Amino acid sequence: MPKRPTGQFSAASMADIAFLLLIFFLVATTMDIDSGLSRQMPPYNPDQEESKDLIKERNVYVVLINSNDQILVEGKQLHVHMIREAAKEFIVNPENKDNLPEKTPKEIDFLGEKMVSKGIISLQNDRGTSYGMYIKVQNELIAAYNEVRDEVSMREFGKHYADLPKEKQDAVKKYYPQIISEAEPKNIGGGN
Amino acid sequence: MAKFERKGKGGLPEVSTASLPDIVFMLLFFFMVSTVMRETTLKIEQKLPGATEVKKMEKKSLVSYINIGKPKGSFQVMYGTEPRIQLNDAFAKVADIRDYVAAEREKMDEKERPLMTVSLKVDEKTKMGIVVDVKQELRKASALKINYSTRKVQVIE
Repeated sequence: MPKRPTGQFSAASMADIAFLLLIFFLVATTMDIDSGLSRQMPPYNPDQEESKDLIKERNVYVVLINSNDQILVEGKQLHVHMIREAAKEFIVNPENKDNLPEKTPKEIDFLGEKMVSKGIISLQNDRGTSYGMYIKVQNELIAAYNEVRDEVSMREFGKHYADLPKEKQDAVKKYYPQIISEAEPKNIGGGN
Repeated sequence: MAKFERKGKGGLPEVSTASLPDIVFMLLFFFMVSTVMRETTLKIEQKLPGATEVKKMEKKSLVSYINIGKPKGSFQVMYGTEPRIQLNDAFAKVADIRDYVAAEREKMDEKERPLMTVSLKVDEKTKMGIVVDVKQELRKASALKINYSTRKVQVIE
């Protein structure tokens, strides 16, 4: 091997060293960004009276999940995949039926005066309900809202909801506000 | 023995590999900067439920995590197989959540405190009972913005 003058070294192994480090960081990197379903809970108030009687029954859409993961929507047992369509009908109430939520006129930017529904979705679960099923139902309810909003965006602005500018999204949000109440659990029990 | 001969004189010269280290270093720096090391080791089994309507969380500094699930194999001897809460690196009780929220809030910028979000990372096989207890405790600690952490899937089931 020829002797090099001191102060010089071969840069040939540089690439190898860099590769080694590169592979280490490649393996150690986790690119996952946290994602999920966001919810806002009501403030805690221990001596809060149940204000249920102030809300008319037609305005509340009750979704129950029991400890056997069976779903009862407005007194009828439904499969998870059927919730979305059923909830959409409740949210929109296209034929202004008597048993579906009432609407009040409201002035909304970009959209003008619209009839806004007073509907509330109340999601109730048992302590024995599995978390997986709970999330599935939540997901379907949110999906119902998202689909309704998307349809409105297409009708009013000719664009998908996701492609609208922020102000217009807010307008659509006002038209169909997402109100899902997560009640404290009751012991609904298992279906017998 | 036939010899391979170059076709044509002065054909394409070989690609120089002198810039290879530079390219590799560039990639290396990119990955070094973008890497986030996992701060906590999970002591519980955690398979997040799938959902289609997921939204990305805006800012990582605003998020605190609460993990719930069945203790992993080696911890089952001490902690049993019932779902447990894990805060940071340790198992915790429902009553500890209030302190945890207070501590997390203390770490944040004063301006950002109202935006604090608690991400619930719950195993899908967990029963709602413990989740509900945690939610109630969060309400008491007035950490009202929560996020059910999920995987993004195309169709559920």
